[in-house]
Amino acid sequence: MTLISRRQLVLGASASSGLLLAGCDAYPPGTRGSLLEATDAFTYRTQRALLPQQTLVREFDRDAISKHFPAINTVNPESEAYHRSRAISFADYRLPVTGLVERPTAFSLSDLKRFPSRTQVTLHSCVDGWSAIGEWTGVQISRILAAVGMKSEARYLLFTAVDGWWDTFDLTDALHPQSLITYGMNGGPLPMQHGAPVRLRMERQLGWKSIKYVTSLRLVDRIDNFKDGFAGSPQSHGYGWFGGI
Amino acid sequence: MSVGASSLRHPWYVRTAHWVAASSIMALIPSGIVILGYHPELYWGETGFFGDPYFLSFGKRSHEMFSMGGARQVHFLAAWFLVGAAVLYFLWGFSTGYIRTRLFPTSDQLEVSHIKQLAADHFALKHDEADAALRYNLFQKIAYMLVIFVIAPVIVFTGLAMSPNLTAEYPGLIEFWGGRQTARTMHFLAASALFAFLVIHLWQIWLVGVKKLVGPMLTGRAPSRVEGEP
Repeated sequence: MTLISRRQLVLGASASSGLLLAGCDAYPPGTRGSLLEATDAFTYRTQRALLPQQTLVREFDRDAISKHFPAINTVNPESEAYHRSRAISFADYRLPVTGLVERPTAFSLSDLKRFPSRTQVTLHSCVDGWSAIGEWTGVQISRILAAVGMKSEARYLLFTAVDGWWDTFDLTDALHPQSLITYGMNGGPLPMQHGAPVRLRMERQLGWKSIKYVTSLRLVDRIDNFKDGFAGSPQSHGYGWFGGI
Repeated sequence: MSVGASSLRHPWYVRTAHWVAASSIMALIPSGIVILGYHPELYWGETGFFGDPYFLSFGKRSHEMFSMGGARQVHFLAAWFLVGAAVLYFLWGFSTGYIRTRLFPTSDQLEVSHIKQLAADHFALKHDEADAALRYNLFQKIAYMLVIFVIAPVIVFTGLAMSPNLTAEYPGLIEFWGGRQTARTMHFLAASALFAFLVIHLWQIWLVGVKKLVGPMLTGRAPSRVEGEP
């Protein structure tokens, strides 16, 4: 159909939040008509367009590891079930991977450890302004996705956590070789304050995107239709969806 | 040099870049202060947290007063406009020869006797009233060049150095400074230098005359009282 009038085009363009958004329709969480969300969309699209490579972030020698790695926000989840599980070294822990996958699977901690592991010493940059260097050991998210078989419609990953936190990622970040589901830190098991039994490492985004106490992973084709439509807890607190800047 | 009242003192791209940048800075400074309030300590090197040796501390966190998320969004919106102003200014400024002929010092301005006289005038808070006021004096030029070629680029590039997605592909943005915390500290110091410039800039405008200087930056036209003077 070519019966779209100029007027409709103009109306349509302004409805999708103005000039800033021209060419930026692929902003997964949606901008909800907000200029600030449109800014995040513009930043996200610009960075994705200008930086198409899956370059690794800097990795450091072990002697660069921070003596004290800060732990903020949830450091001791208020959940009886969590502490019961912790008392038995998370032997009953399961990470269900569901949604747009061929073989929905619930992975135990030892299942995760059976995957080839990756260990990386990286800089954690907190949005507050502090930074620290830590060593992380875990399984690449891409290996888990390969194991469960991603359906072709899958575009985004939705993670949830014990403390109610949840957030979403596009495949560019999810499939990055340094994007891990980690169970080890600085040579030992992941400590409770850092998200035991497993936390994310999303090295190309700021620290708030590396969710602790991960409880589930779901593959979806869109992320603007969950709960309040904010595509993640941080966004309901006024943060942009893209934590790469 | 004969300059009539009709001549353009500030071409359109300078005026546009000036006001867009000025508005951006008005949003960048308060939002930057809110962001700094979430971790009001500055460090050198790659890492830093409360308890580590710091370069500057502003005391207590002020994270409950304002939203970090909102401040970041405002900061980035304003930053994009600042980048736009810079692109406009540099593209037109260089291609038209404006920066070379109007911003860079001319040889007569670099003569020792001229500099001595200018310094003496500055200490006496004397300013040019006539034709000479239609071009920037040497100290003005140095101040503007510092802002345009040193302070603003440092602010932009240290800001970019704090983007983990960008530094993944351009680690040199961090390594140039010797660490993320150094880049963050330099971002603050350069912004402070810009703020100091802003205060002096506004004070000078008040001293010379708001009408006389702000009018031309809005319309581009030189002040009419200059007309007819020798």
